[in-house]
Amino acid sequence: MDAVVGESQITYDARGLVEVDDTVLGVAVVKDGKATIDASELTTRKINLEIRSLVYEQGIEDVTVLNPGGKHSLGVGILTRCKMTFEGSLGYFALGVIDGPEVVVNGRVGWSACENMMAGVVVINGNAGSLTGAAIRGGDLVIKGRVGARTGIDQKGGTIIISGDAGSNTGFMMQRGRQLLLGDVGPHLGDSMYDGTIYVAGKVKSLGADCVPGEMTDEDLEFVTRKMAFYDLGTPPELQKFVCGKKLYNYDNLEPSERKLVL
Amino acid sequence: MCGIAGIIYRDGPHAVGEDMKKMLQSMKHRGPDSTGYALYGTPSEAFRMRITLADTNTKRDFDFSERLLRRRSEVEGKLRAVGATVTEIDETTDYTSTFTFDFSGDLKTLADQVESVRDTQVLSLGHALEIVKDIGDAETVAAQYNLDKMQGTHGIGHVRMATESDVDIAGAHPYWAYPFSDVAVVHNGQLTNYFYWRRRLERSGHRFQSACDSEIIAVYLAEKMAEGASLEDAMNQSMEELDGVFTYLCVTADSLGMAKDELAAKPLVLYESDNIIAVASEEIAIREVVAGEIETYDPFEGEVMVWTR
Repeated sequence: MDAVVGESQITYDARGLVEVDDTVLGVAVVKDGKATIDASELTTRKINLEIRSLVYEQGIEDVTVLNPGGKHSLGVGILTRCKMTFEGSLGYFALGVIDGPEVVVNGRVGWSACENMMAGVVVINGNAGSLTGAAIRGGDLVIKGRVGARTGIDQKGGTIIISGDAGSNTGFMMQRGRQLLLGDVGPHLGDSMYDGTIYVAGKVKSLGADCVPGEMTDEDLEFVTRKMAFYDLGTPPELQKFVCGKKLYNYDNLEPSERKLVL
Repeated sequence: MCGIAGIIYRDGPHAVGEDMKKMLQSMKHRGPDSTGYALYGTPSEAFRMRITLADTNTKRDFDFSERLLRRRSEVEGKLRAVGATVTEIDETTDYTSTFTFDFSGDLKTLADQVESVRDTQVLSLGHALEIVKDIGDAETVAAQYNLDKMQGTHGIGHVRMATESDVDIAGAHPYWAYPFSDVAVVHNGQLTNYFYWRRRLERSGHRFQSACDSEIIAVYLAEKMAEGASLEDAMNQSMEELDGVFTYLCVTADSLGMAKDELAAKPLVLYESDNIIAVASEEIAIREVVAGEIETYDPFEGEVMVWTR
């Protein structure tokens, strides 16, 4: 890879450890309160520093990143309300641990996008890799393409909407929140889920352990209709609902050795 | 972790060496230990065989270079003895050589004979296949073996983060499907029924160069194809019979295949257009060789795909 701006500035401390270069380059073009960053020659660190400086220090509420080029870990850790647009694809761990932003990605994302999202809206106009929306706690994550395996693993809240097909173990160990899967779904849907709801419009290859069909209620339909209208996904098709069968709930049953301790 | 990449052109030869180098270098963070290439150049009537005469961890003592020369001429002697007509010997580095020869007999006998020379490994053997692997990142290896100018129709590559065997040439990918000419494999993942398959394949006469689990895939596919299965059938069977987490790529003289395990635990991104198919562990690698905004996707779990040039 060619040397990129910022990389040549790496310095080492007395112990030979890398001293983090956290100077903001200030290459963003700001016009009418909107900022644009051309990321093609910047490193991941410099792009993220630039975004953080704009939204936290300069009070800019609308940031557009051009040519992200599939770089990893872009747009992570933004904990305030703002608008971000990425014109191109992002790599792994995109938009992780965000709390508040409203993001549009005009491209695809790699593995673990929006991992641990707390709040906000992310719309991805492309495909996504595996582990999309891992452990999210809130907000809406909309993928207008297909996703890999284990979407919403350990989901603790929020809503994940997938308009394409989804891979295996979707909703694996899900604990709260909702998933709306408008395409076909791979094997082991909702495997070992604790709670939460999964709506599926397409075919389900197989259900995972302790994932059982549920009954669609008026509240379910109202929720799906509202969300689909909001994200321009049309009117709801025929949906199947899946919930936790609660057969694996063994929290009150102590192991014999533990019982002795308690008594 | 490891990174794998593959490319196949549908419109004739391109600078496959340069393209693979760029793809692998962009994934250096996935595996800095060693880099390997399996490239398909212009097919010729003659066989080309790449060998190493010593591995990375072989002691470099005072008569090391003399021993290498001795081994090289020993290999030449073995080739003559099995009836091959050696036309060219190319000394790429002091411990690797490329032999060009005409041969019509059994390739396993030939390869076994060559490997009977102490510390010698056959890296690749075929009419178009060239496997180059060594310690270092993609640019270092490409420069060492002059891959920049290599033209070809398809190829695969691997950057290795060693997890279960030594950092040396024997442990580096790609693996040649010994003794099948022009078949090679790269793999990202771990195989959990390695010893089961190793014992089984050794009993049916296959030999293993390394203690690396990935070698099983190459030998396994070779065995299946020897029984008459096509590449795609052999790969489909491997989904049932190999255990563990894996995404692997396999190349033959005219095709490139990918297989992903049932859990989809290892990544692969796919880009397909009218004249090029590129696959890699990360999208940034594909962006190195395809300009502009592109549409890519991840193949699903349990999928096997084969493309022919």
